[in-house]
Amino acid sequence: MISLADQLLVLVLLINFILLGTSRLIFSIRAVAVQGVILGILPGLIHPFSWHLVGITVVIITVKGFVIPLLLVRAVRSAEIKREVEPFLGYVPTLLLGAVFTALSFGFAGRLPMLPEHQNFMFVPASIATMMTGFLVLTTRRKAISQVIGYLVLENGIFIFGLLLAEAMPIMVEVGALLDLLVGTFVMGIVINQISREFSSLDTSRLTSLKEE
Amino acid sequence: MFAALILLPLIGAAITWLIPYDRLRPKVLALFALAHLGLTIQMLSSTPPVSPDGWFCLDALGKIVLLSTSILFLACAVYSIGYLYYRRERSNRVLCVALLVCLSAASLVTITHHLGLMWVALETTTISMAPLIYFNRNARSIEATWKYLLICSVGVALALIGLYFLAYATIVARVEPSLLLDDLIRDAAKLSSGWVHAAFVFLLVGFGTKMGLAPLHTWKPDAYGEAPGLVGALLAGGLVNLAFLALLRIYQLCLATKEILFFQNALIVMGLFSMIMAAIFMARQADFKRMLAYSSVEHVGIMAVALGLGGKAIFGALFHILANGLTKGVLFLSSGNIHRSYNSKSTDHVRGALRRLPWSGGLFLAGFIAITGSPPFAPFISEFTIISSTFIQGRMLIGLIFLISLTVIFIGMAMTVLPMVMGEAPVDSETTSYRDTVGTVGPPLILLLLVFLLGIWMPAPLMTLLQDAAALLEVHQ
Repeated sequence: MISLADQLLVLVLLINFILLGTSRLIFSIRAVAVQGVILGILPGLIHPFSWHLVGITVVIITVKGFVIPLLLVRAVRSAEIKREVEPFLGYVPTLLLGAVFTALSFGFAGRLPMLPEHQNFMFVPASIATMMTGFLVLTTRRKAISQVIGYLVLENGIFIFGLLLAEAMPIMVEVGALLDLLVGTFVMGIVINQISREFSSLDTSRLTSLKEE
Repeated sequence: MFAALILLPLIGAAITWLIPYDRLRPKVLALFALAHLGLTIQMLSSTPPVSPDGWFCLDALGKIVLLSTSILFLACAVYSIGYLYYRRERSNRVLCVALLVCLSAASLVTITHHLGLMWVALETTTISMAPLIYFNRNARSIEATWKYLLICSVGVALALIGLYFLAYATIVARVEPSLLLDDLIRDAAKLSSGWVHAAFVFLLVGFGTKMGLAPLHTWKPDAYGEAPGLVGALLAGGLVNLAFLALLRIYQLCLATKEILFFQNALIVMGLFSMIMAAIFMARQADFKRMLAYSSVEHVGIMAVALGLGGKAIFGALFHILANGLTKGVLFLSSGNIHRSYNSKSTDHVRGALRRLPWSGGLFLAGFIAITGSPPFAPFISEFTIISSTFIQGRMLIGLIFLISLTVIFIGMAMTVLPMVMGEAPVDSETTSYRDTVGTVGPPLILLLLVFLLGIWMPAPLMTLLQDAAALLEVHQ
């Protein structure tokens, strides 16, 4: 089961690169949705069966795989935007940076004081690499939607780390965190609609009227 | 008891959602705020027992924050009756519901000892405030909302990484995995130090963002500047304290590990940097609400420095939770009135507020005198305690930077505030329908009276409460 989990994590890493390399917003949202579904499957592979587990799997897959992407797709459709144009940093440099960060996170994770039984897992490097990808997307893209995608990828990275601590995180907290994520995305979706109405674009670099001179 | 404190505002939120009349909603809001304060006082006087699983526990630290939040919230809720009368052009449903949801989440932060649950509640307060910042529905407020939402969400996400590291530290140490504060403190000595260290860094950055410590404060001037006065009051006097409480919990944990010196130094550096940043940006600030935001950056800096100093300064920091929270209420509510009356928040247009609005202008002036730490108001006592303890501890440099920043801030703030309230109103100034009424002046006036009272007389129960709370944060050697 663990080897299957590792293969799925490789898929998560590949999706990170897709996100860094694509300019099509709908495609990015779908990629994040697939990443969410994979994250939903993972707990089932590393923990013994229980009804709690089934419940949490279903909730994660619905929220991360369907509800949030649907909200974002609707926001994109109503704002009538298809592509991320002219990010602050080009696609090739961000892809390269992503590759460097991923390599570094594997090197870094090897030095962390992990439990012996977690030593050979891919969870920690995959988690750090995904968080870094989230940060890259957050900081290098202009469109509000892309920034939300970056935030979601960051949360996904945190979630992967959270898989190692199922015992310490009671179900209520997990569900609460997921609910916050959902509501947060919902509010962000509404704000995106308003931005496109006010500025007739989703370009956050136009949000400069409050800059301090 | 604990459940009632959380559920009461939620029930209120459901009821206000269902009410179809804009005039009635703020009144219901105020009613629930009053009931919440009643319940708070009841819980403060007879502390409810710790819940069996240890998740809920109202300790002295939680009590202080709960009390200040509840009082401020009631003032804002009562103020909303008068204020929303002048904002009849738009529905206030979302505003009232979001305020009550925020109150519920805020109460949860103060009563829980489970760090994970506290995180969830803190994030809920962040999200519930977003629609309120966007109340004015214009391009500037959408920009502020976006910045606030994104920066604070990412900040709180970083805090979650910190919590996960903390949980992993318990797993590596092979103690019972848990995020309960009391369990963590008990096992603190055994925890894996590398993970704990990393956890504290992330938690400090995460909660520091939410609190608005420089250099993580960039969302603050925008959000405070664009939000309506009563929302600004709750952000600056309420949410800031909740994030500070989260830092206090981490501080408690640090005390039990070997990391306390590192954490204290980091707090002092960030705190002083916040004060310096505030001093720089406060001067020549042409927007009086943004000026108040920088004042908030200053005061979170003061609290962080005090926490970093330890010893007697802790008492000052805890008293400052109340003093700063209530004074910010006075300032933001009265500035909201001035904004309504002049329909501008630029100091180019706002002149002679004392003539035009004797009450609101006077309250704003008094609030300015109080927040800059002049006697006889409460912030004087807390700031004086903190400054004197820097010198008692022999940390002259910190004391010096602290004093210079306070002086510069006083001058900078006076240069904005004095022309605003003194002199004559410009002849071409817009006439609006706003007049000072009991509804809009009463709540900040009562807050000011409280700030004044606390400045000259400390009630014995409050003194005991503050001392109990300070004892929780003492270094044991």
